[in-house]
Amino acid sequence: MSIRGQAFIAGAYEHPRRKIPDRSVAQIHAEVAVGALADAGLSFSDVDAYFTVDQTGLGAITLAEYLGLKVSYIDSTLTGGSSYLVHVGHAAAAIAAGKCNVALITLGGHVRPAPGVGRAPGVGTPHGPFEEVYGVTTVNNYALAARRHMYEFGTTSEQLAEVKVAASHHAQYNPDALLPNVVTVEEVLASPLVADPLHRLDSCVMTDGGGALVVVSPAVAKTLDRTCVKVLGQGEAPKHTMNGRVDVTYTGAVWSGPMAFAEAGVTVADVDYASIYDSFTITVIETIEDLGFCEKGRGGDFVLDGGLISPTGRLPFNTDGGGLCNNHPVNQGGMTKVIEAVRQLRGEARPEVQVPDCEIALAHGSGGRISSRMGSSTLVLGREDA
Amino acid sequence: MTEGIDRQLPSPAPAVVPETEPFWAATAEGRLLLPRCAACATVIWYPKGICPECGSLDIGWVEASGEGEVYTFTVSRRGEGAYLDAGPFVLAYVELDEGPRVMTNIVGCSPESVRIGLRVRAVFDDTGQGSALVRFAPVER
Ligand SMILES: [Zn+2]
Repeated sequence: MSIRGQAFIAGAYEHPRRKIPDRSVAQIHAEVAVGALADAGLSFSDVDAYFTVDQTGLGAITLAEYLGLKVSYIDSTLTGGSSYLVHVGHAAAAIAAGKCNVALITLGGHVRPAPGVGRAPGVGTPHGPFEEVYGVTTVNNYALAARRHMYEFGTTSEQLAEVKVAASHHAQYNPDALLPNVVTVEEVLASPLVADPLHRLDSCVMTDGGGALVVVSPAVAKTLDRTCVKVLGQGEAPKHTMNGRVDVTYTGAVWSGPMAFAEAGVTVADVDYASIYDSFTITVIETIEDLGFCEKGRGGDFVLDGGLISPTGRLPFNTDGGGLCNNHPVNQGGMTKVIEAVRQLRGEARPEVQVPDCEIALAHGSGGRISSRMGSSTLVLGREDA
Repeated sequence: MTEGIDRQLPSPAPAVVPETEPFWAATAEGRLLLPRCAACATVIWYPKGICPECGSLDIGWVEASGEGEVYTFTVSRRGEGAYLDAGPFVLAYVELDEGPRVMTNIVGCSPESVRIGLRVRAVFDDTGQGSALVRFAPVER
């Protein structure tokens, strides 16, 4: 059974704020749920399935209660920042299987601080004691990948910086973006090294925030006035250290991408727009290679000369400014990746960055850490008539 | 810059569970043990009670040479947790001569002198709690 054409995204909503200290986590979920349901023209009483990652120890149940949902299907799969792409795929599969008709997916919360002094290294995971005692953090973990990618393929810091430059070009048109200013390669390279070769401007922003999606059956989609987006295919793949044979030069996209493309019945040549997870600039370089937009190791060349800038580049990407400039709510950028792909397919991206006649869009998420264990998910979406 | 040659990095004690106790006990004696599957002879990393290649629960230990080479590294300038005030330090994966790539720190040299492919040997930094962290220093030529 394929999910191709079995479900539609009918509602999408991104929380407009980037700092939300005056709201509880549950309140932020409520605000984005209301926003996405209003976008779809549906109400809470229509929702019969609920998806969110576990923030409370009881999966989706705590927030289902808070929101007053009466649902017959729940899923609190956590794959880090890619969770929400997985949720769309799982929701489509559940709809295709006849388990539900209107699935609500929510993300909300505050930026997560780094662990402080005194936290025992490695408690609670089998791998932690062999890694955390050596001072691994999110950014130095990604730096390990960037260094090896440079060593094997000749990738340069200037090429990494081009990814940030492209994202900033898009962010200037987004009034909600945390960092709306265009930056240059020189400015990226002049920003402080956090873990070389990664600079501060090679890193995504850290924000409060949230977003929500409503995924519905074809029958429900037909009843709605709103332009819907067709779910064409989805793939998900964990990648880990493979019994000590960790290879940091590729991501789980090498597996999740082909699954999603095969299910959708499209190829990279068909993709008009791509939301590519951009926790760091190196994440984008490796991912576009792994998804097949260019040969392995040539990602650095691919992004040169405005290759990622919409609408003129080879692959218009992250037209909201992405995690690098716009928003990276709760360190989980997968939700906003889907939302911007939906905007593009509806023709509702900011006019300056809208891809003309956008028919096929891809959204890709990378959760966890690229140089140890991660969860990749690829989602292929099409216009309502695709 | 010579900072880092003799500087002592933080050595937080790892969480030890029965499954990994022999590994950490050996580190306290300056020995690097690697788990090896009794059924298929695969060397296992990280230490665990199952062979991820064949599924066997019969796992033994072998003493490693303690030598390897740098697979990748970074000079990390912003630490968290125990490393909050550690200053710049080198985080790396070292590929042991026995095969596994292990996360570690490179010590005993300036961070600027670390290169991919650098030959290194294990050194053991006592945590004061019955274990030692396995770090690596350049092999003297
Ligand atoms: Zn075995």
